[in-house]
Amino acid sequence: MRRAFEFVAGCARLVTRGNRAYFAWLAVLGVAIAIGALGYAHQFRTGLIATNMRDQVSWAFYVGNFTFLVGVAAAAVLLVIPAYVYEWGPIKEVVILGELLAISAITMCLLFILVDMGRPDRFLHVIPLLGTPNWPRSLLTWDALVLNGYLALNLAVVLHILWKAYHGEHYSKRVVVPLVLLSIPAAVSIHTVTAFLYNGMASRPFWNASILAPRFLASAFCSGPAVMLVLFQVLRRYAGFPIKDEAIFKVAELMAYAMFVNLFLLGAELFKEYYSATEHLRYTQYLWSGLGEHRALVKYAWTSLACSVVAFVLFLVPRTRRSFVTLNLGCVLIWVGVYIEKGIGLIIPGMTPDTLGEIYEYTPTFTEWSIAAGIFGVGFLVFTLLVKIAVPILQGSFRARGAPAPDADPRAPLAASAH
Amino acid sequence: MTRLMSPRVLAALLVAIPGVARAATGAPPPAAPGARDELVEAEPPPFSPGIFPCSQCHEGTPNTERRELAFHDEIQARFRHDSEHRWCLDCHDAQNRDQLHLANGSPVKFTESYRLCGQCHGDKYRDWRVGVHGKRIGHWDGKKTYFLCVNCHDPHAPRFAALKPEPRPLRPEEMRR
Amino acid sequence: MTERRSLPVLQDGDPGREPDCEAAATPPPGMSRRTFLRTAAAGAGLAALTACNVEEMLRKHLHQLSPEELQALLRRVERKNSERFGRAVTVSAEGPRPGVEFGYGLDLSRCVGCRRCVYACVKENNQSRRNPQIHWIKVLEMDKAHGVDLVHADAYYEAETVPRPGHFYMPVQCQQCRNPPCVKVCPTKATWKEEDGIVVIDSDWCIGCRCCMSACPYGARHFNWAEPQLPASELNPQTHLLGNRPRPKGVVEKCTFCIQRTRRGLYPACVEACPVGARKFGNLLDPESEIRKVMETKRVFVFKEELATQPHFYYFYAT
Repeated sequence: MRRAFEFVAGCARLVTRGNRAYFAWLAVLGVAIAIGALGYAHQFRTGLIATNMRDQVSWAFYVGNFTFLVGVAAAAVLLVIPAYVYEWGPIKEVVILGELLAISAITMCLLFILVDMGRPDRFLHVIPLLGTPNWPRSLLTWDALVLNGYLALNLAVVLHILWKAYHGEHYSKRVVVPLVLLSIPAAVSIHTVTAFLYNGMASRPFWNASILAPRFLASAFCSGPAVMLVLFQVLRRYAGFPIKDEAIFKVAELMAYAMFVNLFLLGAELFKEYYSATEHLRYTQYLWSGLGEHRALVKYAWTSLACSVVAFVLFLVPRTRRSFVTLNLGCVLIWVGVYIEKGIGLIIPGMTPDTLGEIYEYTPTFTEWSIAAGIFGVGFLVFTLLVKIAVPILQGSFRARGAPAPDADPRAPLAASAH
Repeated sequence: MTRLMSPRVLAALLVAIPGVARAATGAPPPAAPGARDELVEAEPPPFSPGIFPCSQCHEGTPNTERRELAFHDEIQARFRHDSEHRWCLDCHDAQNRDQLHLANGSPVKFTESYRLCGQCHGDKYRDWRVGVHGKRIGHWDGKKTYFLCVNCHDPHAPRFAALKPEPRPLRPEEMRR
Repeated sequence: MTERRSLPVLQDGDPGREPDCEAAATPPPGMSRRTFLRTAAAGAGLAALTACNVEEMLRKHLHQLSPEELQALLRRVERKNSERFGRAVTVSAEGPRPGVEFGYGLDLSRCVGCRRCVYACVKENNQSRRNPQIHWIKVLEMDKAHGVDLVHADAYYEAETVPRPGHFYMPVQCQQCRNPPCVKVCPTKATWKEEDGIVVIDSDWCIGCRCCMSACPYGARHFNWAEPQLPASELNPQTHLLGNRPRPKGVVEKCTFCIQRTRRGLYPACVEACPVGARKFGNLLDPESEIRKVMETKRVFVFKEELATQPHFYYFYAT
């Protein structure tokens, strides 16, 4: 008990100390969370009519953000594959950071689902034994299962590694490696299941395409790690966390291949729609060229494409990939590109025109923006706090009392188990 | 001016009033109902007040030549029922104005005017007998109220008048909090 | 084909009706649930903010309730609605009749687009009147030149008189599919298909995720985006638990073939409201019913047939 209290106290010390940039960052997140909380209080009181969702477009901003963030969560696996499957040392030490990102992303996913529900007080109805989940027919129950399973998996790996490191011990390969390898199909499954959620609806021809699941995976892998790349540079600079340039450039290279696949699959989808030119083309047209005077999404669609293409070129060409200015620019661009593509570029055109041919142009309300900002605030806060605690543990500066002193090499607890 | 139907029948058509209908006046139900179904006539044929029996005015040998009449001008003014080829005495019986007649001369009571309509409008008549044409209210598995042709269609101007539609639904952008 | 479940066939006036006080004193099933609720951050916090009572939160799925629990539930819903509207509300849970499979026919050669059915339905089924305005029936005006073509359909037509020349009208409501996509995707089994063919929703079980609304190809499901605005003077107090009982905020609703009427043998409100006799309803298993005669003698089609939803709702042309 005492040791747990010491640990908690230690964590509290870690997160309440930092430089000005750190506190400024926390302040920004705090403001975002406060705005989100106020927004949600308003929405909870008045109902989802506080959003611009209506019967015609009944899923929109929240579900779009959820979809994007599931991709981010799945992208952590892009670090895992080279680290453990290909035994590439420079990446192994940063796998845990990817898992922390996955945990934060899943947290945000679950929050977006919660704020989108008409009756969040009834969430127990979807839990086995306490409720009546429509498993296996309902994809949403599968999503709940795999998302929570993936969260648990990542938490297990992270807690094990950190717990061992906190006590100055090496983590047990027999525990970690199988779990980490399991996280590869798990990561693929969370995004595949999410894709199937949309894919399985015959009522929505824009989604009812087999290509949706591969597109989801490609866009996840090409965008999710972008956060990691930025984070690695921040940690190197401010926390002295040693991450080789090789690791960063390798991840960027893998992302470039994923970007290519993403663009190729988009091209394949566009060919099918425009060449066959059935009535189903209308959804694609609404997104890329508008229908009549309904053109709300067109600028976002082309912005997204431009960002994705430029990011692809920046990541593909070794010179721009290896220059941190262009690399970071590429990271921002791909995040913007995929955020639009998976968010409003997927959900809204799926529902516009609606099933009876009606066009209702949806744009988010201030309430939706504030709640989304709040949830992103929570997610980034979770990530920040986890990293603030994990890095000192991994570096050896945050240890349990009586634990062996840290070795000269700050990467000791991890390096010993690698290679 | 054509009319859709009498106000009383309109009220009956628009609101469910099971069991309020009156029994048929001497006419058998139009079709053999299922064992559970009981068909009840909603209304007797609509007559303008005091117009029936017709024999209180019509007596003696009639002039069967097609012409413009001195009386019943209100009906003549709105008469649109194949008016190029048909006139009053093609349906109304010249010898006995208290009844109608079929093409072969057989008499038809006013309460069974559907038989007359059915001569030319056989498909509608067959459909009406089984409830596919026209309207029934009440119980789908029991007592139903049916309507005569003339309860909905003015026999002198059968085509329905256009209706004013109820308000359109609100657009989603018109529903704001 | 989707598996069908049904309520136990209860007739109003069944024995087993408990007085309210006894129902309230029944202890909730299982302490562990309560303990869980206390510690579940989101659920407990939100419950405190809403007016829901613990009884309602600890309720089991409708199919898991014993007849006594079901009666208690009905009385609870009656009491709440009677208090809310200041009028005596009855809530029935009448089950399907054996040997009955409902069918609905809509005569496209007759519909004139007057929308009387829309508003008769609203009055009968206690929809929210504004913010949001919920209509279970949507009448689409189409061009004769294009036929049944959703690209050129318009639900918002306004005219001095209908029908407008060159147009025809196609009302759309829940098709009560035999293979309902909404039932397939619902994560909590809050919606299911009853044995007489009606797809029902338990408003007290729905979590408002709106998966069903995405999955429905007919736009037939509607959401209570806010607290439903239903004036007490316009309430229809004769309700069915799975039909027209007043719904809460945040749940989905839709046409139920007027389950509160049709299970008592009456026609749905829309059938009775139509001034041109364009709507036909009855038991598909009864060879003498109007709907069977329609099926056997008219040119019948199914909306969006390629989706294989196999509706109980049929469009036809009588002439």
